Amino acid sequence: MSARFRRLVETDRPQVSLTIDGVGVTALAGDTLMVAMLTNGDALRSSEFSDLEPTDGRRAGFCLMGACQDCWVWTAQGERLRACSTPVQGGMEISTHQPEATWATIA
Amino acid sequence: MGNHRVIIVGAGPAGVRAASAVVRAGLRPIVIDEAARAGGQIYRRPPENFQRDHEALYGTEAARARAIHEDFAALVPHIDYRPETLVWNVAEGHVWAAHEGETQAIPYDALIVCSGASDRVAPIKGWQAAGCYSLGGAQIALKAQGCAIGHRVIFLGSGPLLYLAAAQYVKAGAEVAAVLDTSPFWLRVKAAPKLAAMPELLWQGVKLLRDLKRAGVPVLTGVTPVEIEGDTQSGVSGVTVRHKGAVKHFAGDAVAMGWHVKPEAQIADLARATFAFDEATRQWLPQTDADGRAGNALYLGGDGARVLGARSAEVTGELAAMAALADLGLSVDADRRRWLLAEKANYANFAKGLAQAFPWPHELVAAIPDEAIVCRCEAVTAATLRASVNTAHAQEANRAKAFSRVGMGRCQGRYCGHASTEIIAAARSVSLEKTGRLRGQAPVKPIPVSLKRNDL
Repeated sequence: MSARFRRLVETDRPQVSLTIDGVGVTALAGDTLMVAMLTNGDALRSSEFSDLEPTDGRRAGFCLMGACQDCWVWTAQGERLRACSTPVQGGMEISTHQPEATWATIA
Repeated sequence: MGNHRVIIVGAGPAGVRAASAVVRAGLRPIVIDEAARAGGQIYRRPPENFQRDHEALYGTEAARARAIHEDFAALVPHIDYRPETLVWNVAEGHVWAAHEGETQAIPYDALIVCSGASDRVAPIKGWQAAGCYSLGGAQIALKAQGCAIGHRVIFLGSGPLLYLAAAQYVKAGAEVAAVLDTSPFWLRVKAAPKLAAMPELLWQGVKLLRDLKRAGVPVLTGVTPVEIEGDTQSGVSGVTVRHKGAVKHFAGDAVAMGWHVKPEAQIADLARATFAFDEATRQWLPQTDADGRAGNALYLGGDGARVLGARSAEVTGELAAMAALADLGLSVDADRRRWLLAEKANYANFAKGLAQAFPWPHELVAAIPDEAIVCRCEAVTAATLRASVNTAHAQEANRAKAFSRVGMGRCQGRYCGHASTEIIAAARSVSLEKTGRLRGQAPVKPIPVSLKRNDL
C-alpha cells in the first residue's frame, strides 16, 4: 500500500511509532493522525455504505478541518477519533475498522 | 468591570478582533474555539514544533497573520479562552459547549458568532474516491502539515482559492497536473471593474496565474467536468473534462476541488437567525443589519455571516462586537464604526466581483448524471434524490432529505446541501428559492452519547 500524502517540508522532526491495524509504522511528532496514516498508506477506513450500489469503497478524508467527518478511525479500545484533528502520539494503536458496537463502545 | 456575559464563538480573524473590542470595553468575554491554536482557517497555525515562519506560511498575508496571532496571545490573560471546544447547540440563551468528553450550558447576554466558512463543493461523478479533497483541505495539508494531498494533484473548481492553493503547491515543490476552472475567462474581464475595488488583491490574482503558467501548469478555464476517475480501492486516477468542444483527460492521484466557500451558519441558525435567499450567490444567508445584529442577542461577524474574505472578517468581527457592546449600553467609538462600515462596503463590492467572475456552476450541478453520488457520507446518488422529488413528491429540501437521506449524513449537509437544492429545483422546474434550505440541527457536529454535563 503506497503513501497517499507526500511530505514536502518540515520533515526534520522526531519520529513516533504507532500501529495501524496491528502493523507498526512511524510518523513524525506534530503530525495529525490523518497525516501519520496517509504517509504510510492510501486510506483511513471503508465506507459503511459500500454494500449499497454503486459501492463507493475506501475513504481517505475530505475537508481536513473537522467539518465532513469522513476521517473517522478507532483506537484499540474502541474510541472513535477524527483523524484530521487528532495529533498523533507514540504508542497509538489505531484500527481502520469500526469495532462491533457493544455497550462499552457505543458511545 | 461590568457583569455582562459575552460569548464569542470562533478565534479566527473575526473572533480575535471581536474579542479585542470587547476587552477594550472592560469586559472579559468567553472565547470558544474548536481548534487547538487560534487563527481560524486562513491564518491556521501548524503545531508548535514546526519551523516555517509567517512569510513562508502566509505569503502576502504574513503581516496580517502575525498581527492576529500576536494580538490574540496578548488578549489571552484578559479573556476566558476555551480552545478545543465545540459549540454543538444554542438554545434558550445558552451556548452548549463540549470539551474532552464533558459539556456545559453557558448563559449569555450577547452571543457573537464568528464561525467562518467551509468549501462550497459541487458533486462531480466519482468525487467519493479516496484522494479527492476539498480545496481548503488541500491547502490545510500544506500549511498546517507540510504535505501535498498526493503525488500528482489536479485542482478543479473556481474562485481565487483555486489559483492560490495551486500556486502554493507549485512553490512548495508539489507536482500540479492541471488547474481546471469551470468559469469562463470572459466573466473575469466583465467583473474587472468590481474587482478593482481591491486593486492589490486583483494584482495578486494576476500574479498567481502568471506563476502557474511559468511553472508549466496547464490552466484551463470554462471547463465542464465529466468525471473523476478512480477505483473504489486505490482511489483517484484522473479527471476528465470537456473544454472548447474537446474531451481532455488529466492523470493524477489526487483532486483538490472547491467553488469558493460558504458560511458555516449552523450555530447562527440554532441561535434563531433569520435566513434570506441571496440570488447573486444562489444560497440562503443569515440576515443581519450592517453592523452584524441578527436579533435575539445574536451578532454575526466574518465569513460565517457572509463570505467577504479574511481581511474583511477583521472588520466585520469588530463591528459585530461594537454592536453587541452598544446594545449592552456601553459606549462605542462612532468614528471608528463609520470607518469600519466604509471598509466593509468596499470588501462587499469586491466580493460581488468575485461572485460574478467565479460563479457557482449551478447548471452543471443540476445536470449531474443519475449515477453520480450527491451525498458522500452515505453514498446516495442523484437518481435517489430525484426519485424523492419525482415519485415521492418532495417539494423542498428537508422533505427530500427525509426521503433520500441526502443531507442526513455525518457532515449534516455541509457538502451536499447546496447541490441537493439545485437538483431538486431542476427536477421540479422551479426557482432555487422555492426549494428552501436544509435547517440546522443540533448537534451541529457529531458528539458522543457518553458526553457528561459538568455544570450541574
